[in-house]
Amino acid sequence: MIAESGHYALVLALALALIQSVVPLIGARLGDAALMNVARSSALAQLLFVGASFTALVMLHVNSDFSVANVYENSHSMKPLLYKITGVWGNHEGSMLLWVSILALFGGLVASFGNNLPLSLRAHVLAVQAWVASAFYLFILMTSNPFLRIASPPIEGRDLNPVLQDIGLAVHPPMLYLGYVGFSISFSFAIASLMEGRIDAAWARWVRPWTLVAWIFLTLGIAMGSYWAYYELGWGGWWFWDPVENASLMPWLAGTALLHSALVMEKRNALKVWTILLSILTFSLSLLGTFLVRSGVITSVHAFATDPTRGVFILLILCLFIGGSLSLFAGRATSLKQGGLFAPISREGALVLNNLLLTVACAVVLFGTLYPLAMEMLADFKMSVGAPFYNLSFAPLFALLLLAVPFGPMLAWKRGDLLGVMQRLLAAGVAGLVVVAIVWAWVRGGSALAPLAIGLGVFVIAGAVTDLVERTGLVRLPFATVLHRARGLPRSAWGTAFAHAGLGVALIGIVCETTWNSEYIATMKPNETAHVAGYDLKLDGLFQRQGPNYREMIAEFKISRDGEAVTVMTPSKRSFTTRGSSTTEAALLTRGASQLYVSLGDATAEGAIAVRIYHKPLVLLIWWGPVLMAFGGVLSLSDRRLRVGAPKPARAKQRLQPAE
Amino acid sequence: MTRKQRRMTIIGGSLAVLALAAALVLNALRDSIVFFSTPTMVAEKHVEPGKRFRLGGLVQPGSLQRGDNLAVTFEVADGNAKLPVAFKGILPDLFREGQGVVAEGALDANGVFKADTVLAKHDETYMPKDVADALKKQGHWKDDYGTQASGAAKPAATTAQGNPQGAVR
Repeated sequence: MIAESGHYALVLALALALIQSVVPLIGARLGDAALMNVARSSALAQLLFVGASFTALVMLHVNSDFSVANVYENSHSMKPLLYKITGVWGNHEGSMLLWVSILALFGGLVASFGNNLPLSLRAHVLAVQAWVASAFYLFILMTSNPFLRIASPPIEGRDLNPVLQDIGLAVHPPMLYLGYVGFSISFSFAIASLMEGRIDAAWARWVRPWTLVAWIFLTLGIAMGSYWAYYELGWGGWWFWDPVENASLMPWLAGTALLHSALVMEKRNALKVWTILLSILTFSLSLLGTFLVRSGVITSVHAFATDPTRGVFILLILCLFIGGSLSLFAGRATSLKQGGLFAPISREGALVLNNLLLTVACAVVLFGTLYPLAMEMLADFKMSVGAPFYNLSFAPLFALLLLAVPFGPMLAWKRGDLLGVMQRLLAAGVAGLVVVAIVWAWVRGGSALAPLAIGLGVFVIAGAVTDLVERTGLVRLPFATVLHRARGLPRSAWGTAFAHAGLGVALIGIVCETTWNSEYIATMKPNETAHVAGYDLKLDGLFQRQGPNYREMIAEFKISRDGEAVTVMTPSKRSFTTRGSSTTEAALLTRGASQLYVSLGDATAEGAIAVRIYHKPLVLLIWWGPVLMAFGGVLSLSDRRLRVGAPKPARAKQRLQPAE
Repeated sequence: MTRKQRRMTIIGGSLAVLALAAALVLNALRDSIVFFSTPTMVAEKHVEPGKRFRLGGLVQPGSLQRGDNLAVTFEVADGNAKLPVAFKGILPDLFREGQGVVAEGALDANGVFKADTVLAKHDETYMPKDVADALKKQGHWKDDYGTQASGAAKPAATTAQGNPQGAVR
């Protein structure tokens, strides 16, 4: 009964989306406010029905109703409750349902917080949202229905892929989807403005908070996925340049560019056409990502099922939306009025450079992702494009971008003074160079690249700090004034500093981990000791334990350093009987930002076990960086100028509420 | 500066960045692409020792031998040809005899494939997509590979990194 209701709710959501796709547009043509307002109510109702449908699937999974194929294939009655819930989106059908639920959530948010939008703009935006939604409802209902019943229900389910039975599944996909799908809002706004043929600085002010929200979630989602892969796959890799990872990185790069170009548009009413194009491209890359992951053209942990009809269907959606929106853009973009003038050396100029480097870097990733696929299809030979390719192409471009990052926020709008900025950044530059020298001397030679990259990271962080120091007048002015200034500084300035510093932090982590990672792989017998990076790891023994739906073999390591006992680490190997597969649960010891990482291989007949031990210096910085970036994004979002739902010009607001 | 000059500066800058990116990509393509081969293709093309490639096929049943300190040797076969593979390290969870595998490395002077990475990246049919496609092309695809799984296939991916000497670090 629950399954049928869920299915029915989804069909109703499709019907509502179809109404929402058409009626508001007719209303906008006729200038009929009542028809335009249909968009609002249908978006909210749609959210209600998709929510009901999603809840139904969650209930089916929680109740372990194995008469539903989706539950049978991905659940097990012995599975812990958390994984019963997260297992809902740990499969193709469920994850698509999560996708549309989040799409409906964003539609509902625009409907409820968009009261200050012009009526016809809101009608257009919600109609475009509904087009996307209709396409994906059709996709789910026609090719991936999660509510299908099995004629003769089995007693027990086939369990969820053990790799996915982890807290990471509770966080990573929803976050990533909030990011991916969140970019649909800026897409809808872009299409709406093209259809209306009107766009101005206010448009950017409406779009930027939504883009920022999506960007924050995407940043955290990617970082979370990376950390999950790091501890779950058992060999400490955190980024593989896998097409699926690239699929999430590309919208991130384009979205970051969009955030910055929308800033120019908002402040200076320039770069309008480019911002519209970026909005379209960012969401198109999200759709491309969905296609790559869900169509089965690539094999990976994320590609749940390979069914050609699904691939063709998503490809059709992809072509329809990307082709349609780009044609509309080509036809209408020229009618948009040109914006303000600016000199090449200026804040605008710096943001143009930022956009240029980000989009080109994004294009490089796109090339690396699609080239092997194209070659396989056209020339019929297989190859792989991996880390070495990106190290030689993506990395130099990004290094160039990072070098420019500290300059951007310091340049004035319209016409900047590069020499003055260089003088102000002198301290940061010196800090960077000193660090290069220290690291160089400390490691005594070796690759010059690592010290230089660390120096670059320090320069970026110091540059962000310098910007804050300059703005608050720290050092120059008395402390009370500084405090007053710091309080008066717009939150977005703090946000910029944190986000930029986060880039430097992540870079330092990446360089340290890849350069000075120490690794020890061997078979160990009980009471043997391994020595890695100053730590002594003594294998105390192996024992078995029964988990809820698996058996695990645990190895107990006594860790000591310079003769002093530190802790006990217990990596384990779990074997899941239902699926006959096993997972490796690494044990992690965190010391500052560095980690000791122990994972297990196979046990041999003589009672020995293969172990992998890594010491990863400053590895946590890789993820602290994105967290800092996201925190910067949140600060920026809380800036009064951008507060979601209050996108009125700050001046008017201040006049109304002087006491705030 | 006039509007035209400013525009030219921006366009010039854009072209410079694009040219730089194109140069980087072409350079990277020359050095870092890894091709996929099966034992038959290796036998036909006489791949020179030291050139990195990905080898895909089935682990020949009965060929797996474990040596000291995590050294393993096995044979990768695709019906027409076999190629001995040497690897040092922990094999991935899903590595099994008679099932599909992809190894990355290079041939040594004796014609042994020295792998530094072994991937058993596949779904429940125990067949990496690359290997399945290659076998199908050669007409060695047995239907029972495809019918082992009923319903939707769920994948799992595991990777083994080889010994430190062979790895990039």
